[in-house]
Amino acid sequence: MAETVLETHGLTMRFGGVTASDNVNFKLKARELRCLIGPNGAGKSTFFKCVTGLLTPTEGQVFMRGQDVTGWQPHQIAALGVGIKTQTPNVMDGLSVHENIWLSARRFHDTTEAKARADTIIDRLALGPIARTDLGQLAHGERQRVELGLVAVSDPWLVLLDEPAAGMSAQDVDRMTEIIHELTRTAAVVIVEHDMQFIRSIAQTVTVFHQGAVLIEDHVDRVMSDATVRRVYLGKNA
Amino acid sequence: MLITLVVSAFLIWVMPMLIATYTLTVLVIYGMLGLSLGLIWGFGGILCFGQAAFFGLGAYTYAIAAVNIGESTVPMVLAVLVPAIFAALLGAMMFYGRLTDVYLGVITLVVTLILFKFVNSSAGPQFVIGKARMGGFNGIPGFQTLNVPGNPDAYVWGDPYFYVCAVALVIVFLLVTCLLRSSFGRIAIGIRENETRMALMGYDVAVRKTILFAIGAAIAGLAGALFANWAEIVTPGLFSLGQSAEIIIWCIVGGLGTRFGPILGAAGLAYLKFVLGQQSMIDNTLITGLILVMFVLFLPKGLVPAVAALWRISFGRTRRKPQRTGRRRARHG
Repeated sequence: MAETVLETHGLTMRFGGVTASDNVNFKLKARELRCLIGPNGAGKSTFFKCVTGLLTPTEGQVFMRGQDVTGWQPHQIAALGVGIKTQTPNVMDGLSVHENIWLSARRFHDTTEAKARADTIIDRLALGPIARTDLGQLAHGERQRVELGLVAVSDPWLVLLDEPAAGMSAQDVDRMTEIIHELTRTAAVVIVEHDMQFIRSIAQTVTVFHQGAVLIEDHVDRVMSDATVRRVYLGKNA
Repeated sequence: MLITLVVSAFLIWVMPMLIATYTLTVLVIYGMLGLSLGLIWGFGGILCFGQAAFFGLGAYTYAIAAVNIGESTVPMVLAVLVPAIFAALLGAMMFYGRLTDVYLGVITLVVTLILFKFVNSSAGPQFVIGKARMGGFNGIPGFQTLNVPGNPDAYVWGDPYFYVCAVALVIVFLLVTCLLRSSFGRIAIGIRENETRMALMGYDVAVRKTILFAIGAAIAGLAGALFANWAEIVTPGLFSLGQSAEIIIWCIVGGLGTRFGPILGAAGLAYLKFVLGQQSMIDNTLITGLILVMFVLFLPKGLVPAVAALWRISFGRTRRKPQRTGRRRARHG
């Protein structure tokens, strides 16, 4: 049986009177690809932020490879070997693509090794022609791709992606799917996503969030045909 | 590196023919002070409203230590260390407390005010450190000025003192250059660009900002000690808010995100202030204010980046590759 790389016990996050995440128990195995879906306000992003250390959960615990990381800072979690991409592109706009990726590689490797790794990733993601361009001058899809490059270059064993396909063209999404599949060879990947088409094309197991809690967790086909999920998404009463 | 050395050697040779070395010395010292803020603000994204606090702290540390010790070597070292340690403590408190820009500005401003108020009101006989009386508003005069290390009677003053300060500035400039080209410097620039992203990559942003902040304070402290030697007196005015504001204006006018800009801004504006100070027709703070407004409106990136851009437009077209490296250099300073 594969090792459990990410686990939450009764994860709860309250903002004042609002319970954004409600007693979430979640388990992820090594090299698993998992999609988190749910309507707006379902608590996907809050869950994501609690796991990545951007928020400290009100109750419950987060474990990574068996280690209790509840309340850790994002940089401590990232230092374990966890690659994180946030919802809005978080990149260094004033620096070149190469410098961005080099900085990520430098965290875990010395200067020369980091440069070699950055060059490899740039080739793999077909970023060569824009390697010396500042991120601020690039199109949205390219920036998203660079951010995936930042995540991939550090050789993570757990990758957390918040809406990687948002605002991207069909062609960009195809390329993104490819990159994500490549990542799953060495890492477990969690994707928070809205785009159902993208989910269908990539997902195996899907966890559906609704009102902060896990509604259902199953294979993508069964989830898509589930009556409750349809009702939640379309907002109809059965 | 070589170009820097050649240009600075040329300037050190030529400038004394144009401006009296006594004035030049203080311009060089202000240049170093400008560089200290240029480093932490332009490359670390830390807008400190209290750079004058470290400048004043360096000057006072030197004066107090010099009165007590009577030889200038140890006081010079202390004048760098004390502000650096003070900044490391203050920085750790701010950066580990995850304070954002505005609060950081407020805290550094308040710290400067507190130091100013404290030093200003230290006239009483109870304010004595060793043999040194704080002197309140009158400051501390008559301390041992810079001497050849190990020989307290061999004072360094006049023209030689100018060369000491100029060489010190060149050395600091080269050290800053090395720092910015090192991984630490590149990571600091990354933090300036996007703190969250750098944290998500696994970098401990707080400790790196604290270290950079302390390095900036060390440079400001050195400038303060050199200033104390030049003025031969230290007064609470060193800690004033006006002084802090001026340093910020130097950086904006000279060009943030460059190493040379803040030095040029500091020396240029200080010289202008010196020239305007010799007449009484126009108030010189008015002129400084006007210059700042003009720059913010018409050259928001400052003098050095604007000249660099002009250079590229004029000479960049025929030579493509150098144009590219030129652009990178400009950005990294």
